[in-house]
Amino acid sequence: MRFDRPARRKFLSHSIAVLTGLCVVAALYPLVSIIYSAAIRGGGVLFQVRFLTAVPPNACSVVQCATVGIGPDIEGTVILVGLASLIAVPVGVLAAIFASEYRSRGLGRAISFTADVLTGVPSIIMGAFIFGYFVYYPSITYSAITGGLALSAIMIPIVTRTTEEALRTVPNSIREAALALGISKWKATLRIVLVAALPGVATGVLLAVMRASGEAAPLLFTALGSNLYFHGFNQPVAALPLLIYDFALSPYSNQQKVAWGATLFLLAAILIVNVASRYMIHRLGRQMAGGA
Amino acid sequence: MMGAVKLKSEQLTAYYGEKPAIRDISLEFPDRRVTAIIGPSGCGKSTFIRCLNRMHETAPRTRVEGKVLLDGEDIYSEDPVRVRRRIGMVFQKPNPFATMSIYNNVSAALRFNGRHPRDYVDAAVVRSLQQAALWDEVKDRVDTPATSLSGGQQQRLCIARALAANPEVLLMDEPCSALDPLATTKIEELIGQLKKDYTVVIVTHNLQQAARVADYTAFFYLGGLIEFAPTEDLFERPRERLTEQYITGRFG
Ligand SMILES: Nc1ncnc2c1ncn2[C@@H]1O[C@H](COP(=O)(O)OP(=O)(O)OP(=O)(O)O)[C@@H](O)[C@H]1O
Ligand SMILES: [Mg+2]
Repeated sequence: MRFDRPARRKFLSHSIAVLTGLCVVAALYPLVSIIYSAAIRGGGVLFQVRFLTAVPPNACSVVQCATVGIGPDIEGTVILVGLASLIAVPVGVLAAIFASEYRSRGLGRAISFTADVLTGVPSIIMGAFIFGYFVYYPSITYSAITGGLALSAIMIPIVTRTTEEALRTVPNSIREAALALGISKWKATLRIVLVAALPGVATGVLLAVMRASGEAAPLLFTALGSNLYFHGFNQPVAALPLLIYDFALSPYSNQQKVAWGATLFLLAAILIVNVASRYMIHRLGRQMAGGA
Repeated sequence: MMGAVKLKSEQLTAYYGEKPAIRDISLEFPDRRVTAIIGPSGCGKSTFIRCLNRMHETAPRTRVEGKVLLDGEDIYSEDPVRVRRRIGMVFQKPNPFATMSIYNNVSAALRFNGRHPRDYVDAAVVRSLQQAALWDEVKDRVDTPATSLSGGQQQRLCIARALAANPEVLLMDEPCSALDPLATTKIEELIGQLKKDYTVVIVTHNLQQAARVADYTAFFYLGGLIEFAPTEDLFERPRERLTEQYITGRFG
């Protein structure tokens, strides 16, 4: 049966190729179908004049009522994610530095563990926690501040974990080289080790920003949502995922159309930001590695 | 006999975890002389010289007992950062800062450890690169990344980087293990120059090298100091049987 073997091996190799191909299709199908239906149903409204600047429509049961726009929601998402990043990037990076560079101390290990656990906590719990905490401060319970905090709670463990990984890829000989020159530990960490890890850190921040800009759950009882443009950090604020969540469930077709338009916009924005920043991170990495 | 003592270890014992890698080492390094440390692989040469500038303690779960006196002062009761500025080190494997240019590598200590005028830094970079026998090869491209250099060039860059910090003592852990004979000769000449101003401690596997460059030689075996003597005496009239066996290549 020896001469049988190559045929068998070929058959096996072919079937595995087909199988992996099918898995790829299965994995890509949801993404493609989401983009496809968002493009079909949202494409029309997205390119309407003022869609990106007008306020969202009220409920309207007349067949011809206008679709209007998602201006406040774009603005709100940028503000919320910006606020969240202002908190999450320094906190996450410092926590990661502690976890990776001061690992011998118990606190370092505790940080990695906490970040791991937090990554697994459902985002709605984060929102509920922030809500629960600020219930005692009614004037800002529903506001950009609490919304930003809730999103930062989602971003911090992501930034921490990826930064920690990035720091760990920096060879130990670099740390030794710096210390042996009489450079103090914190200077060596911030200005040599962290700089060497920068592309990885940037990727982590990007990942966290992407994740936060699509989250609705943590904003449900914090940012709350609004039909108006931003009017103060202590006021409820609009956000794209909240609008989509709201309008997708709406019985009125004009609001449903806006939800599709917002979905398409969010997808496209995430895609563009993602590709653009990856390109920049790649260039940064090459520059540092010596592409001159 | 020996001149003034620059650096001195007293009953130095260093641990990794609970296991001592070197035991009870007392050794004196004469001022502005070259001292070589020889011995079989794993006998604790690197561990020992890493104790001399307090690098040993930067690794996790390590410990040092005993004293190291620099100009009579115990470095273990001083700020390790200041100690390392006075006692520079070149590692066994070249470890340039990969994210920095040649210039920024050499000037790292000056740039990070205080403020200096630009031309002072420039001059220090040129001088150190010349001392490390690298200047001619890189003078047209000091702004290119350090990683664009060959392994041997990187090691000379690391030597230049250590010299630019202007230490009083220079510890070198097999600085030539990545170099070709020509670069090795250059480094050996450099060491000969350096001892006018610096106290040099060099770990080497190459006995001829120790014989060529060192004024004094210490032989380590299994974490202990077996013999320390002027190089000529150690190689020609070893007092210990172990030393003799090692230098004649008859090792059981
Ligand atoms: N990080 C470490 N953790 C645990 N043990 C170590 C560590 N580094 C070295 N050792 C042990 O300490 C002993 C001395 O090692 P050291 O590196 O000082 O030897 P060496 O004389 O420099 O050897 P070589 O000539 O091969 O460089 C060895 O037995 C080694 O296994
Ligand atoms: Mg060694």
